[in-house]
Amino acid sequence: MEAAMGLMRRMPPRHSETALSALLSLLPQHSSDLLSQVDLPLQVLCDVDNGKEFILCEYNRDADSYRSPWSNKYHPPLEDAPYPSSELRKLEIEANDIFAIYRDQYYEGGISSVYMWEDDNEGFVACFLIKKDGSKTAHGRRGCLEEGAWDAIHVIEVGPEEEGTTRYCLTSTVMLSLTTDDESSGTFSLSGSLRRQMNMNLAVADGHLCNMGKMIEEMEGKLRNSLDQVYFGKTREMVCTLRPPAEVAQLRLPDS
Amino acid sequence: MAEEETELSEEQRKEIAKWFLLNAPAGEIQYVAKDLKSVLNDDDVYNEAASEAFPVYNKSHMICLEMPGRFGDVLVTSYGELQDNDYLDPKTAQVAIVDHVKQVCTEVRPATDEELPSPYIEEYRCALDAEMSKYVGEAYPKGFCSVYCTNGKDAEGPGSDFELVVVISAARLSPQNFCNGSWRSIWNIEFKDDIQILELKGKLQVGAHYFEEGNVQLDARHECKDSTLFQSPDDSAVSIATIIRHHETEYLASLEASYLNLPDTTFKDLRRKLPVTRTLFPWHNTSQFSLTREISKELGIGK
Repeated sequence: MEAAMGLMRRMPPRHSETALSALLSLLPQHSSDLLSQVDLPLQVLCDVDNGKEFILCEYNRDADSYRSPWSNKYHPPLEDAPYPSSELRKLEIEANDIFAIYRDQYYEGGISSVYMWEDDNEGFVACFLIKKDGSKTAHGRRGCLEEGAWDAIHVIEVGPEEEGTTRYCLTSTVMLSLTTDDESSGTFSLSGSLRRQMNMNLAVADGHLCNMGKMIEEMEGKLRNSLDQVYFGKTREMVCTLRPPAEVAQLRLPDS
Repeated sequence: MAEEETELSEEQRKEIAKWFLLNAPAGEIQYVAKDLKSVLNDDDVYNEAASEAFPVYNKSHMICLEMPGRFGDVLVTSYGELQDNDYLDPKTAQVAIVDHVKQVCTEVRPATDEELPSPYIEEYRCALDAEMSKYVGEAYPKGFCSVYCTNGKDAEGPGSDFELVVVISAARLSPQNFCNGSWRSIWNIEFKDDIQILELKGKLQVGAHYFEEGNVQLDARHECKDSTLFQSPDDSAVSIATIIRHHETEYLASLEASYLNLPDTTFKDLRRKLPVTRTLFPWHNTSQFSLTREISKELGIGK
């Protein structure tokens, strides 16, 4: 398994789907581990009742059907499928509405979905997903991207309430790719994925949605900055190391 | 379902293994090979896949190998390939015999006359090689270049067209810092005798991989064209090197510009740093039931 994850870290992020299905066929006995540890760009279905799109993931799937957060129905219809309790469903509906506004504020487009379900520890698990296509033909407001995708998966384990506070464990994965293409500079393509965790104990009085929302917002901000400054920054540093800009070359700095 | 449909055939497993090897970033094929062997758990299939994938990878990445016997380095490229494992180093007129899977040069022999270009062509090739080596030595801290004749190598004198190819390969490998990168340039130069013009076509490719607790890769490519007069070997060499230097410097500048644009323009099309309101999202309003309407009003958007 460790070797399989090593391979996933080296294959081009654009080809992660191909890499994962190759690994699944070579290691069928590890398929549940692979599926839970490797994230793939998100897929989307359209809810037949209201025409709204929703995101597919392991957390709203049963057999080959997926539950829509808008109508709470499985697509295609399924008998004996699991549903969140009515109390949790109320929270889920509210979460979807709020998260849609959050999504609009930061992403200026895109699709979001939230799924919740009870877990065995008297708490529950919530999964917040966002899918944004930033290419100029889709929701890219400034039209600079030939191709651009941001997929975010946030899974929060919410513990039982203890003395007015609750423990929230957030695991976030962001996958992104962007490509610009023009006459003078050719194609420029960056892609990658990051996964991070954050745990917090917060007061229940503020409400679950408020607590979870703030954690997600903080995490997304950190991931975006990290990707921009550290990760992309390192690749930029590498380009300058390969071929230093003209002024530097003349100084003949010693190799570090 | 029949057994054959769920089990992979040896051929299929070999193709999958090859895919992983071929897609390894610059300088990482040995690491990929190690993980792959573990996942495959089948040495025969691995060895077959490796024998087919490594040569393709080595040539496409234009790897640089040291030749035994103080001859310097040889670039493994399709332009210099004489036979499956024999690669010509035009600078030293030696042929390097290479073990692709181990990525080493096992022996060296002098090139025969048939393998080398004619003296007329060699004049041009050698002058250009010298100019290019000067340029690459200045511009690339760890770069290597070779100049091959890919067409018309037996031309005896003026009156024939021929083609030279300049190959530049630079790699910076820093696995302990989780960062690797490579720069590859391939310049095709057509010497057109009848119209006394040289036509250049360049293909530049830059790649970088940073993978400390994540996996981010850069893949940038560019093609360009230029032309100049057909002159004496030395003058042509200087002209060509000047053109190549100019285009490559410009390309580096445009890569920098792309990076500068990232935070405020390109990246913004994916996700803004902050909403238009320039404040964090007002989650505190969510404790009320009619919150969504409140928030919509507060943010001034319709629902």
